[in-house]
Amino acid sequence: MMYIICRFILLITTILLVSIITFGVFQILPGDPVRTMLGTEADPTQIENLRSELGLNRPLYEQYTDWMKGLLTGELGNSIRFSVPVKELLFDRLPVTISLAGLTLLIVLIISLPLGMFAARRQNKLSDVSLSTVTQVGMAVPSFWLGMMLILYIGMQFSFFKISGYIPWTQSVAGALSTLVLPALTIAIPQIAVNFRYVRTAILEQVQLDYVRTIRSKGMSEQNVMYKHVLKNSMIPILTVFGLIMAEVVAGTIIVEQVFSLPGVGQLLITAISNRDFPLVQGIVMYITVAVVMINFMVDILYSVIDPRIRLR
Amino acid sequence: MRLNKNWLMLLLTLIVGLLISACSSDAGKEGSSGEKSVAELPQEIVVRINDDPDFLDPHKATASISYQMILNIFEGLMAPETDGSLKEGLAENYEISKDGLTYTFKIRPGVKFHNGEDLTMEDIQYSFDRLMGKNGGEKMSNSFDNVASTEAPDANTFVIKLKEPNSNFLYSLTARQSAIVPKNNDGKHNENPIGTGPFAYVKYSPGTKLELKKNENYWKEGLPYLNKVTFTFQSDDQAAIMSLMANEVDLTSVPWHRVSEVEGNYNLSHQNNNSSLIITFNETKAPFDNVKVRQAINYAISKSDIIDSVFAGYAVPLGSNMSPAMGDYQKKDLESMYKRDVEKAKALLAEAGYPDGFKTKITVSSHNDIYSNIAQIVVDNLKEIGIDVEIEVVEWGIWLDRVYFGRDYQMTTIDLTGRASAYEILNDYISTNDSENFFLFKNDEYDKIMADVLKESDQAKQIDYYHRAQEILAEQAAAVYVADYQIVWGSDKQVTGLKSYPFWFHDMSEVKFSN
Repeated sequence: MMYIICRFILLITTILLVSIITFGVFQILPGDPVRTMLGTEADPTQIENLRSELGLNRPLYEQYTDWMKGLLTGELGNSIRFSVPVKELLFDRLPVTISLAGLTLLIVLIISLPLGMFAARRQNKLSDVSLSTVTQVGMAVPSFWLGMMLILYIGMQFSFFKISGYIPWTQSVAGALSTLVLPALTIAIPQIAVNFRYVRTAILEQVQLDYVRTIRSKGMSEQNVMYKHVLKNSMIPILTVFGLIMAEVVAGTIIVEQVFSLPGVGQLLITAISNRDFPLVQGIVMYITVAVVMINFMVDILYSVIDPRIRLR
Repeated sequence: MRLNKNWLMLLLTLIVGLLISACSSDAGKEGSSGEKSVAELPQEIVVRINDDPDFLDPHKATASISYQMILNIFEGLMAPETDGSLKEGLAENYEISKDGLTYTFKIRPGVKFHNGEDLTMEDIQYSFDRLMGKNGGEKMSNSFDNVASTEAPDANTFVIKLKEPNSNFLYSLTARQSAIVPKNNDGKHNENPIGTGPFAYVKYSPGTKLELKKNENYWKEGLPYLNKVTFTFQSDDQAAIMSLMANEVDLTSVPWHRVSEVEGNYNLSHQNNNSSLIITFNETKAPFDNVKVRQAINYAISKSDIIDSVFAGYAVPLGSNMSPAMGDYQKKDLESMYKRDVEKAKALLAEAGYPDGFKTKITVSSHNDIYSNIAQIVVDNLKEIGIDVEIEVVEWGIWLDRVYFGRDYQMTTIDLTGRASAYEILNDYISTNDSENFFLFKNDEYDKIMADVLKESDQAKQIDYYHRAQEILAEQAAAVYVADYQIVWGSDKQVTGLKSYPFWFHDMSEVKFSN
């Protein structure tokens, strides 16, 4: 119980710290959101009107405490740039990013897992060496370049693929796929390379262990050896890496949404930062923070349930 | 061996799936060639814009990007013409009293708002009261400080009385400055904008698109032609051109250096943009407080280098802060006043007390590549006369904060957006115009001319005043007036009826798809 309480206190502290840092950063950063929004053509009356309408001329501590109060009730205030509630913007954009991240993970999983196992079984043979070389290149490719190449050589050639915008799943499944496949591939390709190498290494480590030799000597079929034992035991390190890849995928969406003009949270974050739209940036950062911290919290709890030794560390 | 087969099967399935989907959608897509009946032609257009509007409420909007779109929704008493002149808008006709103080407008009968309600005097009165802050709210514009009173003596007459004559006042009555909005939509003008224009608001998805639909009750017979207009927001020019090639947008600006790629397959049009691209200085700080230094820089900078390399030739050189798009208002031939002459520039620098040149910094915004590209040419050109320029690239927000509003800079380059009114183009240099005169330019003769022109009702005399004002800017080398660059619009070959104005406005009212 003490363990859970400690973890919970850590969770609250993290959220509080992140909130103060994101709020503070925007007070230090140069650039006035109102002027950025209205440009050179605004007269001083319009600038002042908007500033008071947004409450930006109030003391900082008041702005912060009001924002925190809002956060507790789920109200994140209004976006400065778009004059609509931050909550509304987030709910509009989340499905796009979740779909993109989900599809990317699926692609990574269905390609890198069999590929890694395949290469491990052919260690040091031509197919293994060539796959390892190709993936080395895959890891080094920058995603914005890859995105542009996919747009040029697939998006522009096959009209099924859309190179900008998003069609919701509810409207058309094929439509959604046509907007998501290329961006998902853009993020997935380097991650496939990363995961392929981990899977290959994890399996190679397992097959050298004594228990594999023992079950093989008992005459178990190679397929059973691989699926029932090796893969199962390799899953723990693979899943840990997959967790890290998930974080990479979320980060990858930021650039890729920009390249493909996909209206997701990543694109929104970039627009919000360049416009100094701090209620929106704070909202997005808080959502991401809360999500990540909650996942970690649950994983910590789960670990402690699965392996009680962790609680003692 | 089984694993190998599974893996191959998976890969094959993926490839076949992709090919089938690609082919099937290819077959379903309409070909773009061949004659079509009117009913077959598209009734919807997708126009790419590089940013969101700041506000949909026309009284709150200030960014020129917003007006490109929302002027399709709203109208004012007067309307802009493509040549920069004005015509009647919601006013059927108007009269100005001899003393230039009373403006009487007869309002067009039978005009309806997009919500189906009639346009009434109450709505017009409400719109002006809202702008002037007379109905309890804050004042929303400084353009009406000179208004003494407004009244509606009968159901189709609206009268505005001024405190002092102002020859520029009619320009304040277009939708850009005083759109007429319905009174019963008070408090909701931004969330659900309602106007009388050719298109009605449907939906705004921040960061994604703004959708408009045809106003079936529009007072101009037969207009608009299109059923739907979608403005889609895409900041990257390169991505936008790919969207045009992939038929995802019908109209977009084309980066100058990529014109050749789309030339054959798309309609291209370009016109003067009525903007003034300038390289300017903080004129209160040494050495730029010395007119000879400013003139030397004018002689040293090659406008043709900039026009050729940055705009691929799609620009016209300027001599002062006005583009040929302004017709007679522009003073001709000033562009040859500072013909490139490095020796003369060096001599002027020496006369000013800088025979060995000096070190300075040019601060440019990163929001558009053109500024840093220009800065590189400036560095090169000025090196020849001994001026050592360092380039500092900052974010747009920081540029606004530090350069435009803070006036904390030495040199900068920016394009000043064109407006339909000559006065509004030139008033940036009035020494008391604290909000816009970021050059901190000060010249008594200039201030006097700009005050006098407002009192002058004769257009020919107004033009004389404006010509002299431009001469002063050139003589005083208030900036290096580089060029009015032309935006190249690329559109689907079937798109016709695009009109160009001396300010940013995508007028969709007469646009249609034709064979």
